[in-house]
Amino acid sequence: MATATAPVSTSVPPSTATAPDGGLRLVGVTKRFGAFTAVDDLDLTVPQGSFFALLGPSGCGKTTTLRMVAGLEQPTTGQLLLGNVDITGTRPYRRPVNTVFQSYALFPHLDVFENVAFGLRRRRSSSVRKDVEEVLELVQLSSLAKRKPGQLSGGQQQRVALARAIVNKPEVLLLDEPLGALDLKLRRQMQIELKRIQTEVGLTFVHVTHDQEEAMTMADTIAVMNGGRIEQLGAPAELYERPATTFAANFLGQSNLLEATVTGTEGEDLLLDVRGHRVVLGRSRSAVNQGRLWLGVRPEKLRVTTAGAAGNCLDGVVTDASFTGVATHYLVRMPWGQELTVVQQNDGSAPLRPGQQVTVTWTSDHGFGLDASQDAHAGEERVLPLPDTEPAS
Amino acid sequence: MTALLDEPVQSTSGPDEARTAGAKRSTPYLLLLPGGVWLLLFFLAPIVVLVSQSLQTGSLEQGYVLTWHWGTYVDVLDTYHVQLVRSLLYAAVATTLALIIAYPLSYAIAFKSGRWKNVLLVLVIAPFFTSFLIRTLAWQTILSSDGPLTHALRQLHVLSLLRGLHLIDNDQLLGTRLSVVTGLTYNFLPFMTLPLYASLERIDGRLHEAASDLYASPWTGFRKVTVPLSMPGVVAGTLLTFIPATGDYINAQLLGSPRTTMIGQVVAGQFLRVLDYPTAAALSVVLMATIVLLVAAYVRRAGTEELL
Amino acid sequence: MTAVLQAPPTSAPATGRRRRSPLAWVREHLILLIAGLAFVYMLLPNAVVVLFSFNRPAGRFNYTWQHFSFDAWLHPCAAPGMCTALGLSLKIGVLATLLSTTLGTLAAFALARHRFRGRSATNLLIFLPMATPEVVMGSSLLTLFVNLRFPLGATTILIAHVMFDISFVIVTVKARIAGLDPRLEQAAMDLYANERQTFFRVTFPLVAPGIAAGALLAFALSFDDYIITNFNASASSVTFPMYVYGAASKGTPVQINVIGTVMFMVALLAVGIGQLSARRRTQ
Repeated sequence: MATATAPVSTSVPPSTATAPDGGLRLVGVTKRFGAFTAVDDLDLTVPQGSFFALLGPSGCGKTTTLRMVAGLEQPTTGQLLLGNVDITGTRPYRRPVNTVFQSYALFPHLDVFENVAFGLRRRRSSSVRKDVEEVLELVQLSSLAKRKPGQLSGGQQQRVALARAIVNKPEVLLLDEPLGALDLKLRRQMQIELKRIQTEVGLTFVHVTHDQEEAMTMADTIAVMNGGRIEQLGAPAELYERPATTFAANFLGQSNLLEATVTGTEGEDLLLDVRGHRVVLGRSRSAVNQGRLWLGVRPEKLRVTTAGAAGNCLDGVVTDASFTGVATHYLVRMPWGQELTVVQQNDGSAPLRPGQQVTVTWTSDHGFGLDASQDAHAGEERVLPLPDTEPAS
Repeated sequence: MTALLDEPVQSTSGPDEARTAGAKRSTPYLLLLPGGVWLLLFFLAPIVVLVSQSLQTGSLEQGYVLTWHWGTYVDVLDTYHVQLVRSLLYAAVATTLALIIAYPLSYAIAFKSGRWKNVLLVLVIAPFFTSFLIRTLAWQTILSSDGPLTHALRQLHVLSLLRGLHLIDNDQLLGTRLSVVTGLTYNFLPFMTLPLYASLERIDGRLHEAASDLYASPWTGFRKVTVPLSMPGVVAGTLLTFIPATGDYINAQLLGSPRTTMIGQVVAGQFLRVLDYPTAAALSVVLMATIVLLVAAYVRRAGTEELL
Repeated sequence: MTAVLQAPPTSAPATGRRRRSPLAWVREHLILLIAGLAFVYMLLPNAVVVLFSFNRPAGRFNYTWQHFSFDAWLHPCAAPGMCTALGLSLKIGVLATLLSTTLGTLAAFALARHRFRGRSATNLLIFLPMATPEVVMGSSLLTLFVNLRFPLGATTILIAHVMFDISFVIVTVKARIAGLDPRLEQAAMDLYANERQTFFRVTFPLVAPGIAAGALLAFALSFDDYIITNFNASASSVTFPMYVYGAASKGTPVQINVIGTVMFMVALLAVGIGQLSARRRTQ
């Protein structure tokens, strides 16, 4: 079983038979390809009208899940419910679900108008022209209605694919990494566009992506998937500030994970020993209350200073300073070899240079505590092998 | 929203899936049935009949009996091995020449033709669609002893050179192994050009740039990058040329002489004039077996390419 | 202190360009020269065919140029038996194309879209006719018909033509189907098209150019076939290639060249249109 873990949950326990708001529900869905399990006993509820993101690295099963909802794959076991209706065995053309494909899959032999009208025509709608024109307005492509897909740019094709799906007003709109092929600026624009359209039209969007920034920008709720299961489910801010697993901590943004042991408590706080240093962590921010744990701190929550500091402090040496415009990324090496990542907004103060002795500091309500038995490198996207100075996992 | 759909959304999961799965299993066989049956009846079965015919004895008047008479094969090989070897030789030479001519041709069309690429392709393909008999007859005109080409070559003493090389026998171009091979090469040039072109066209131009960036001269780049990548086309082209060329007899008949008789002529003669069916069938089988063996050896050496 | 990059020694002299010898020009354009010669080689007979269609020969054979004349063009059916042969070739060609394209397209879908037992054996069976010499195919069919005591004639010719056309149609159509993005059909089903609608509205229109190409190829192969036809014909069923072959020994009327020229023009037109429409579709 893989229901969402503790901190926040909007999933409904499997025993509830009805979802009164007509949303999408996956109950115990498993998909196996021969010996390989792509999706493992998934339970999920997507509330109607929400923007829901399935986030995870490639191979985690998110696209397979999406395809099962669309009807393009059949689950090995489990049920799919839309509203109260079991659609598990229904053919894709009978489901009120539409997909925006990763490669757009626009029909090359039809022009933009006919592409968008395709679903309406199959359902013998009586207001084809009006609906198509309306939705082309919405995606700002009215002037290109007569063009063929081959004559459009990537961004335009993406909008046609979106229009083609939205015009049918499906109960659930599925988006399979639709922005992957676009360049950065265009992608940012489209993220905002998609969110605007979703709120304007009021459809339920299920968005599959491996880009965590994209998920956090657009979604109301994110489900972080790994190895066919859901690691954590919740609103972007909660997932980011209170990750429940090392995977979530590393996959969503970056985390510094420090080995720590609980030495005592002080009011609402836990007292921790981090490599001989005294560190304070709010008790409600830790999943573990005694023994060993991983203390996680986000890079932007750390401050680097050459002057002294109060609160949690660790001394180290700057080994790298990268200027990115908005901020500066520092790598600070600790006496025990671990390098902490610090992201400091460029507020005009003088940048630090490699070789400088500095103090890294953060407050007790900015860390989070995770189970020590989890792999500290889960969820990291590593291309090069780990250097010897990383903490043992 | 569900009211917008024609058909009800609600359904049971079982029968829907099972029905389509069942239909799917027999579909390929049904689709293949008419075409497959035709090929089995009119391609495979005749070959079986051919082999069987080659082992029969008798005559048209008395009828044929299957006597497993392998002696026919011995006679056939004994009598006609010259023509068989000659056919293989002519086909090999024609294939080689076709490759030498077609490679630069395809290369030029694929890489150096720019705006004219489609025009050039049309000019390569279009002759293929016009009667090859008429075109071969045109070669008779071109190579005829009274024609301007022969006159010119005689003046330039090229004819004596060709005679020295044993490509022609006396003072004319027609009726010689030169004319037969010229015709063969000409007729099968499109079969060599098109697969080569398709294979060259697929090569990403940036690979040449990468090679040149890594200090390769154009010639080295060609040798080390282009040639290996074009091998599938070369294999396909040589097979599509060599196999039909071996059995061809139109070129030999129209452009050759009794001294250039190819095996195809013998087979046709035996079947249509002499009416000695067992001999003719045995000849046919020998031809086919030779080709199959050669092709198998060639494909194995060239690597197992998926020709389809 | 900046490092100066040493350029690796090149073989082409930087300043030698100004003194371009004719030899260098030849080397640079060698490929184009050879290609040009190859084109001459390929098109010379066609040119001769066109030219000699305007000839008025002295004797029965049309090998030497005598006299410019429009005679043959004005009286294309003057040669006895030629137009009948032409008609038979056209009839058989159209029928063979229809049959082989239908059978071949069905088979191509089976091979390209489905995995089933015997697939590789079927692929081999389809490949064999393309790899077998015409002499063998023609003669084996003849033995079959003789042994079955089936009368030779237009029917046997048609059967033979369909036989070797099927393979070519299958290969052509299969290539087109294989190039079709399967996600397009998934998108159609996602957009409420059932299997039948998906096929007719998405799959078939996109495969149609391949089917057309296969049909064109089938017609051309059928119309132009001599060897297999000759083995399976009778005295009363003379096709155009058979007529031409017979004429080679008896007497070549100029009308043959007229037909040859017309065929060439039609071929240029058909292939040209095919290329243009292919290019327009990808734009």
